Amino acid sequence: MAVAETIAEPAAQAGSDLLRQRVRAAWIFLAPMLIVLALVAGWPLLRSIYFSFTNASLTNLEARQWIGFENYLSWITLKSGKTVYDGLLVDPLWWKSVWNTVRFTIVSVTLETIFGMMVALVLNADFRGRGIVRAAILVPWAIPTIVSAKMWAWMLNDQFGIINDILLNLGLISQKIAWTANPDTAMLAVLIVDIWKTTPFMALLILAGLQMIPGDIYEAAKIDGVNPVKVFWKVTLPLVRPALMVAIIFRMLDALRIFDLIYVLTANNAQTKTMSVFARENLFDFDKFAYGSAASTMLFLILTVITILYIIIGKVNFEGGR
Amino acid sequence: MAGLLLRGIKKTYGTVKVLHGIDLDIKSGEFIVFVGPSGCGKSTLLRLIAGLEDITAGTLQIDGEVVNQLAPSKRGIAMVFQSYALYPHMTVYDNMAFGMKLAKGHSQDEIDKRVRQAADVLQITPYLDRLPKQLSGGQRQRVAIGRAIVRDPKVFLFDEPLSNLDAALRVQTRIEINKLHESMPGVTMIYVTHDQVEAMTLADRIVVLNAGRVEQVGAPMELYHNPDNLFVARFLGSPSMNTIPCVIESGGSDPRVKPDGCASIPVKATIPASAAGTKGTFGVRPEDLEITTGDFSIFRGTVDIVEQLGEVTLIYVDVGTTEPVVAKIANDIPVAKGDKVALTTELRHLHVFDEKGIAYPRT
Repeated sequence: MAVAETIAEPAAQAGSDLLRQRVRAAWIFLAPMLIVLALVAGWPLLRSIYFSFTNASLTNLEARQWIGFENYLSWITLKSGKTVYDGLLVDPLWWKSVWNTVRFTIVSVTLETIFGMMVALVLNADFRGRGIVRAAILVPWAIPTIVSAKMWAWMLNDQFGIINDILLNLGLISQKIAWTANPDTAMLAVLIVDIWKTTPFMALLILAGLQMIPGDIYEAAKIDGVNPVKVFWKVTLPLVRPALMVAIIFRMLDALRIFDLIYVLTANNAQTKTMSVFARENLFDFDKFAYGSAASTMLFLILTVITILYIIIGKVNFEGGR
Repeated sequence: MAGLLLRGIKKTYGTVKVLHGIDLDIKSGEFIVFVGPSGCGKSTLLRLIAGLEDITAGTLQIDGEVVNQLAPSKRGIAMVFQSYALYPHMTVYDNMAFGMKLAKGHSQDEIDKRVRQAADVLQITPYLDRLPKQLSGGQRQRVAIGRAIVRDPKVFLFDEPLSNLDAALRVQTRIEINKLHESMPGVTMIYVTHDQVEAMTLADRIVVLNAGRVEQVGAPMELYHNPDNLFVARFLGSPSMNTIPCVIESGGSDPRVKPDGCASIPVKATIPASAAGTKGTFGVRPEDLEITTGDFSIFRGTVDIVEQLGEVTLIYVDVGTTEPVVAKIANDIPVAKGDKVALTTELRHLHVFDEKGIAYPRT
């Protein structure tokens, strides 16, 4: 007992020393990333939030003045007693692009999740050449968005596009359709390309989740005589849910910020203009730098709110435990 | 009442042959243990019976019905997996009720009654609302067994169910499985293990498998006393039987052998006279050997290693052969490294095997 007591104290001391050392080491390892993040993400973010409260213009950034919330909402009361509102929050074009973005996100993420799940289930099965198929399925995702957008733009081209050609030859359409320019089909075109491009990514994330499920419980289910469809709903889906929720949130954040695909495929189409496209237009094309900054800031806020809501409602568990 | 009949069961994976034609009759209500070294095919054989793998050739009958093409759930079996295979997201109750709930044709009351009955037998009633991750290994294994009981199977399959438990729990669960077997007299149990103690204590009959073939089938003590061949002789018993190359000196009415490095010894075995002069193997179990000061001895040598296990002492005696001879002696006999000892046994304990390792029957 006496011996144990005499060693106990220095041991505790050494323990806390060790802990301090570890904490220090952790900070040293984290520091480079924190600094880079602060420089490339934190600083620009704070800058655009700041600009959104000024009247900065791209031609003369230095002459900016602080104008408070005027970019977001301002009003003047006319002599007639009528109040006229102005600013981002009452801009129908802005709300149209918010709605476009949300609509795009809901449809694309839903379909990508369903298709991704189907692909993942197939890839999770044991078959010859699975490795090659797994690699091949990633190709659409590996192609840079600009390249795939251009590629699809040609395929969807109203005059020379192969898609119109095929549909015409099959007799499914009677005349060529301007997929990306037509207000009725522009969003559809964007969705098709995005789903084609991102389903593999979704499939890969879901596949990783599927492979965490121990195989023997499927054998137990087999012996229990549970039919495969029920096994999917009662066993696979609940168990892959944590991974699925994380995959969905990744995709959702991506979809809410969508810019490049739409910029290349259907630039200037009001039906597909998203929040990012709206912000860029104001920032650079319309020389309303401050107004664009306000849109960027709103985009950031909307994204944050949706993400937080999703995490709370979906009870997302980032720990990866069950 | 479900007997199993295995006829020429073969299993190949691609070009790899895992089972080379297994013939086996398992009586209804029997407790059969498949035992063998890893890779001998015992788990594969169990999975074939369960229907988790396809049988390459041969027929499997349960209850007189060929079930080769029958789905696992239609074979009247239940299986307990080594890793428990519980559904991690369901409570203990749901784990046990899951199969019945989805099978249809069972009322809510019936399911509830069966689950609670099984839980009662296995003393897991207090945990019915918990998730598997909130249970210890031993409790999880009980739930897995409970899930199998709820299925009310004709044949119970166990795939190394105790190997993930610690030693004390393993003994306890082993005893419980034994009780379970007694409480379900009509249910056939097939149990796979690599642990010979589990095999000896649980089995009505043991099936010793090696490299995809059945080496011997029989009651535990029969296999222990009368192994058919060298493999079975060495596999059962701990430490393994001492086996020493020998020459058969004579057969017929006065069988004698001469183990390498020892004097000629009379043996009690039926050895044909024609075998005289052939080579063979001489075997004696460590627990049958004792230290003697008398004139007659089988081995003489120097004690190389002394291992005191508490209840017994193992001594490794260098008798001039490549492997030392092991003897299991009482713990109160003073022996030290370097002592010269003589070891003897009663002649009825000796085993003799022919050149191919097949035992000469003992008399």
